[in-house]
Amino acid sequence: MTATHRPLVEVKDLHVRFRGERNVHAVNGVDFALDRGEVLGILGESGSGKSVTLKALLRLLPEKRTVISGQIRVGNEDVLALEPEALADFRGKTASMIFQEPMLALDPVYTIGWQIAEAVERHEKCGRDAARQRALEMLERVRIPSPARRLDAYPHEMSGGMRQRAMIALALACKPQVLLADEPTTALDATVQIQILLLLRELQRELGMAAIFVTHDIGVAVEVSDRIAVMYAGRIVETGKVADIVRRPSHPYTRGLLASTVHGAMRGKRLDAIPGAPPSLNEAPSGCSFAPRCKEVLPECSQSLPQAVTVSPAHLSRCVRSTPVTA
Amino acid sequence: MVSLAEPVPLIIAPSRGYWASVGQRLLRDKVTMVCVVILLTIILAAIFAPYLGLADPYRGSIIRRLRPIGTPGYLLGTDEQGRDMLARLIYGGRLSLFIGLLPVFNAFVIGSLLGITAGFVGGKVNAAIMRTSDVFLAFPSVLLAVAISGALGAGILNSIVSLTIVFVPPIARIAESVTTQVRSLDFVDAARASGASSWTIIRVHILNNVLGPIFVYATSLISVSMILGAGLSFLGLGTKPPEPEWGLMLNTLRTAIYVQPWIAALPGAMIFMVSIGFNLVSDGLRSAMDVRR
Amino acid sequence: MSAELLAPLPDVGGPAQPLLEIRNLTKHFPIKGGMLNRTVARVNAVDGVTFDVAKGETLGIVGESGCGKSTTARLLIRLIEPDQGEVRFDGQTVGTDISVAELRRGVQMVFQDSFASLNPRLTIEDSIAFGPRVRGVANTDAVNKAHDLLRRVGMAPEQYARRYPHELSGGQRQRVNIARALALAPRLLILDEPVSALDKSVEAQVLNLLVDLKASLGLTYIFVSHDLNVVQYISDRVLVMYLGRVAEIGPVESIYTDARHPYTRALLSAMPSMDPDRRTQEAPIAGDPPNPINPPSGCLFHTRCPFAEAVCKTTAPALAPVGESHNAACHMEIAGSGHSRAARA
Repeated sequence: MTATHRPLVEVKDLHVRFRGERNVHAVNGVDFALDRGEVLGILGESGSGKSVTLKALLRLLPEKRTVISGQIRVGNEDVLALEPEALADFRGKTASMIFQEPMLALDPVYTIGWQIAEAVERHEKCGRDAARQRALEMLERVRIPSPARRLDAYPHEMSGGMRQRAMIALALACKPQVLLADEPTTALDATVQIQILLLLRELQRELGMAAIFVTHDIGVAVEVSDRIAVMYAGRIVETGKVADIVRRPSHPYTRGLLASTVHGAMRGKRLDAIPGAPPSLNEAPSGCSFAPRCKEVLPECSQSLPQAVTVSPAHLSRCVRSTPVTA
Repeated sequence: MVSLAEPVPLIIAPSRGYWASVGQRLLRDKVTMVCVVILLTIILAAIFAPYLGLADPYRGSIIRRLRPIGTPGYLLGTDEQGRDMLARLIYGGRLSLFIGLLPVFNAFVIGSLLGITAGFVGGKVNAAIMRTSDVFLAFPSVLLAVAISGALGAGILNSIVSLTIVFVPPIARIAESVTTQVRSLDFVDAARASGASSWTIIRVHILNNVLGPIFVYATSLISVSMILGAGLSFLGLGTKPPEPEWGLMLNTLRTAIYVQPWIAALPGAMIFMVSIGFNLVSDGLRSAMDVRR
Repeated sequence: MSAELLAPLPDVGGPAQPLLEIRNLTKHFPIKGGMLNRTVARVNAVDGVTFDVAKGETLGIVGESGCGKSTTARLLIRLIEPDQGEVRFDGQTVGTDISVAELRRGVQMVFQDSFASLNPRLTIEDSIAFGPRVRGVANTDAVNKAHDLLRRVGMAPEQYARRYPHELSGGQRQRVNIARALALAPRLLILDEPVSALDKSVEAQVLNLLVDLKASLGLTYIFVSHDLNVVQYISDRVLVMYLGRVAEIGPVESIYTDARHPYTRALLSAMPSMDPDRRTQEAPIAGDPPNPINPPSGCLFHTRCPFAEAVCKTTAPALAPVGESHNAACHMEIAGSGHSRAARA
């Protein structure tokens, strides 16, 4: 370990393009860093590139159809350079992922206990009994009632919330350093969602993991994150501490998103909706992608990609109107 | 009328109808287009055979039997009775394609009718139609075709009837499953909620979405139908000599296989080419029709 | 003829008459299984639901998945036949005073899945004009009406009328669905999770549109959603459903500030806080909603309720008044129910 500060996860100038009948420039220059034990929420609408960014971190995108450039470092691993064997070790052991739909992520033909034990055996090279013991511990940890019995349950025998807990147990079984969560509570009911969010927050603290939480729901991002990165059209347009983003949003898109997020206090008032729809991303953006929908657009917005401006400590915004903090 | 909502941005791409965009995609698919050209050539040649200046496909000659391919005057040689192979192959396409296409077309009409009815009405009607078709599906198609043809007696008409019976159940099955799927979509509920009759819903909302996939499946059956039809002729249950028909030709040339193997293989090659052609067109059609989302 | 068919329905009962009265609406779905396809279990999707919808109001229906809110919506417009119960539209009983077809002139529905609710083979214009056409409106009139409605929902007909659903964005498709629902000039619009599949910025556009349309056309809404924020924004009254029954119903302010049913309170406190300094510290209730195939006895909520007592396991509580036009189905609110927190009779 070096004495200088080195974040656990570092992503530099990440670009992801999907080839096919049409090109889709899904991610267009994403940079971020994540420290040990830190939780980053990536907030964005559908097509903003938030899930693609997350999947790139585990190299889960279909290799033949995707062109990835840039740098991804997790721990000591250069993720984009990993050989297949090393990549398999990396997934699940260094970084692991939970998904929106546990029914699709869990294998329907094996029991929960078998699937967890399998992962533990593979990564920790331990015996079957020890692995099963770990599986039981994990089910207790995620607070599945009567865990010993649930070890032998199949995914379809569990309710939605229980399945999501089982998937968390599977993801955390090998004590990864980073947990990647892709809309883990979107498919759940409100009363179950809050339980899962609290559980994830607690486990993250206990295990000292770093986590990246992708969501479209500002409320969810606020509940779990230390920092929030707001994505639009494949770029992070604003990033900062949760309080900065929610109370002092700088980028017009973040402000628009907050203004159009409905809550009770808005009753009877007209919602300040962002007009229009997100761009199609068939071509790489050459200026600010939000300019066509922006109420404060300037002529220079579409001329070049806006640079990140530090608007307050650790709070960056990519907008030509943002004024840098006077140090 | 004043617009009440925020302006919605323009879409620049021109709008095409569904079938127009399917056609466009088909035109860009090289494999499918090559197959279409080959099939069209064979079909047109068969239709216009009398005007192509070919030899008489029925007139044989004892002295010119089994001439090899490339013999002057006999481009593809002659068969075991000295008849011109080129003429017989082209004329043979008439019956072979007829036997390949007509049963599938019949089955497409009858099977779609049964399957869409079963899928749309559901309940007991569905059970009655689908269980009956299951009974037919339990038999291997070759066996079923031979059995029905045998029971009805030899002849072109009877082999078409038997092949139609063979193809109705699988088409009905596909039609039923596609219809059930479409019927559960919200736009059918929305149509019901707007007061449309069942007949209108079937006509406007079901047929439109269901016939395409059934048609694709039916085209994939053409090759099976051709092979089965040829098989029936081969067994003497279909066409009778001296009619030129690929399956029958394959049978009668069987004896010549040690003398002129290439000539004996020609009718088989035609069957092979046409079936592969129809299968590839069916595949191309399927992927071209998948333009949703 | 055609002009008459497209004219809005007359107000029959006057402003005091509720537009829709639902009495004891019930639907049980059989679960088939076994060799002979026999009924092995039943899902009580909707179980004795009773409520009114006043003219010009928006009634929000909230609840978790499987609570029967979407089934209720479909029962109201008879896309599903109810097992029991009565629906009165403007004082007229459906089935005796008016036919289902007449009901569907007055009540229309917008579905959640904007893609599945449009026929992919029809142009936008044809989809909207379909309803008027089947009601005998002349073709050109129906098309003009469709263009008119497209303009109303903020989509230029010159640009969109001849397009197909897959060429539009989700928000645009949902506008088309709203236009289609309005094509028969209904008085009541049932909106089944109309914005749930949309992005936040688009959701706000559609909500604004719904508010504007309601004001300009004098509509009444039933707004079904799982999103409590959206329901609070748009509704005048809120109905909370749990496992096919009404748990609580009342004016939106009373429900959101003075909820009386423990389930409503749990739902409300499960909402993310939006304030980083006041994050939720404890989940209001544990566990998942029970399986509707084998619902619990008595009060359906007793398996998750922190206040459950003996009476809750045995007796199902009836809706009881707890405030100004505010009712809750909880033994704690029923005097003499036997619950220790209830007032003595």
